[in-house]
Amino acid sequence: MTQINEPLLRVDDLTMMYGDRIGCKDVSFELRPGEVLGIVGESGSGKSTLLRSISAQQEPTKGTVEYQTRIDGICDVYQMSEAQRRLLMRTDWAFVHQNPRDGLRMNVSAGANIGERMMAIGDRHYGNIRSNADSWLGKVEIASERLDDLPSTFSGGMQQRLQIARNLVTSPRLVFMDEPTGGLDVSVQARLLDLLRGLVHDLNLAVIIVTHDLAVARLLSHRLMVMQQGKVIEHGLTDQVLDDPQHAYTQLLVSSILQN
Amino acid sequence: MEQTVKNPADGTSAYNFAYLDEQTKRMIRRALLKAVAIPGYQVPFAGREMPMPYGWGTGGVQVTAAVIGPNDTLKVIDQGADDTTNAVSIRQFFAKTAQVATTEKTAEASIIQTRHRIPEKELREDQVLVYQVPIPEPLRFLEPRETETRKMHALEEYGLMHVKLYEDIARHGHIATTYAYPVMVDDRYVMDPSPTPKFDNPKMNDMAALQLFGAGREKRIYALPPYTKVKSLDFDDHPFEVQTWEDECGMCGARDSYLDEVILDDQGNRMFVCSDTDYCAERQEAGHRGPQHHDQPLSNSKREKAAE
Repeated sequence: MTQINEPLLRVDDLTMMYGDRIGCKDVSFELRPGEVLGIVGESGSGKSTLLRSISAQQEPTKGTVEYQTRIDGICDVYQMSEAQRRLLMRTDWAFVHQNPRDGLRMNVSAGANIGERMMAIGDRHYGNIRSNADSWLGKVEIASERLDDLPSTFSGGMQQRLQIARNLVTSPRLVFMDEPTGGLDVSVQARLLDLLRGLVHDLNLAVIIVTHDLAVARLLSHRLMVMQQGKVIEHGLTDQVLDDPQHAYTQLLVSSILQN
Repeated sequence: MEQTVKNPADGTSAYNFAYLDEQTKRMIRRALLKAVAIPGYQVPFAGREMPMPYGWGTGGVQVTAAVIGPNDTLKVIDQGADDTTNAVSIRQFFAKTAQVATTEKTAEASIIQTRHRIPEKELREDQVLVYQVPIPEPLRFLEPRETETRKMHALEEYGLMHVKLYEDIARHGHIATTYAYPVMVDDRYVMDPSPTPKFDNPKMNDMAALQLFGAGREKRIYALPPYTKVKSLDFDDHPFEVQTWEDECGMCGARDSYLDEVILDDQGNRMFVCSDTDYCAERQEAGHRGPQHHDQPLSNSKREKAAE
């Protein structure tokens, strides 16, 4: 068993270069089970590059990403065999894309979308898959009668919630989110954030959430990393960073949102 | 060894034996050997242009051309029938370019090229069944990227195949896929059995004959060596089932064969007949009669006698 103070994920000195240009540089941090880490910064600051490198989608130029697997203990994700890595990505990890179309299969029903991960790890009982998909639909506040509908008939907010259900069905321990509220109107955003906060708490999920929206970061994350030009310029507890920013850029970022 | 077929008019050589040149046949045989060694694995091969359009069996014809010898007897079926356009023209093609004997009798053939059906009569160890395949990739329905499907085969990630079956049950209440029904070969590779009706899937399992699959447009060859385990995919609570018919064959009265529905007129009259023409003809020769046979229907006692 993983002990609570043992890190789930350890990123060390991660650097991603695109030729001569910097994607992200010298990033190191640790993430513990149940912890939510927000990564904020303006577009082009390397947030998404960093997320892709951490989530085993793009091998970094330098540095290591180590993950506490359930069976083999701590492993470097880029040293694993591809089979192991892909298994990890569809069981213990989850990835919520900004655009639900990237994370859903649009040509199969909502139920099949949720069931896919279960079937991928060997579940072969239709009745169980279906009832589990149904209960997950309930957890993300989508009516049961939409179980057999195609995601293309869903609204944007529903698609995003379906994507979350589809990802969480295998009880992952680590969830990557890339701008999960992007493109949603504020009331839908608020409900989605509320839902996410509940799920994160109930399931004790560790989350790395990339966002340019400081309100989202404040609501969800425990800790915050601020990035600029590929580098982490400030790192600390969310309240601390947002209420008492030290770095000039963070001060600019915080002061650029409307205060009441 | 170069073998040529003489032009009957002036005795000059017209074609290399079985149309393809020897280097091409050698290349296809190498692909076939690899396919037999790894049952269910799709082997790429340098498919040639054949004198027929894609979709008409160019893959099957190339495989047949690579395995046929002068002493072989060829049978070609299309939807189970020996007398449809595709079957007739491919049979004529090999009669002309390889001057081999052809037959419509399943039992007499050493090579059977087929589109869609496996003959009802059980095949033997000394026979080869060649399938014409349009789309060899069973995962194509849900995953359009070839790089990704190859990786999924390599890593045995076959959950997606069940997503398709799940969709079927969710929409229709049962697995509504009736042809090209995916199978697991030798507990390793998921394979598309070509658009054969799922009725024929159980025949593939543990078959005595060698089964070869050729896809001309997609340039893939795969194979099932004799006595290979072939299992149709299903769910624990929705097991695999084959089609059944309430009717019998109108011509021969068979109840155990795959039946085609034939519309007779505009009044909604219809009949069912065996799709395997050779099987049906053989049964009729043996005295079996269905209700729509033009001969006088046999009395019940005669029918029972014929069934013996």
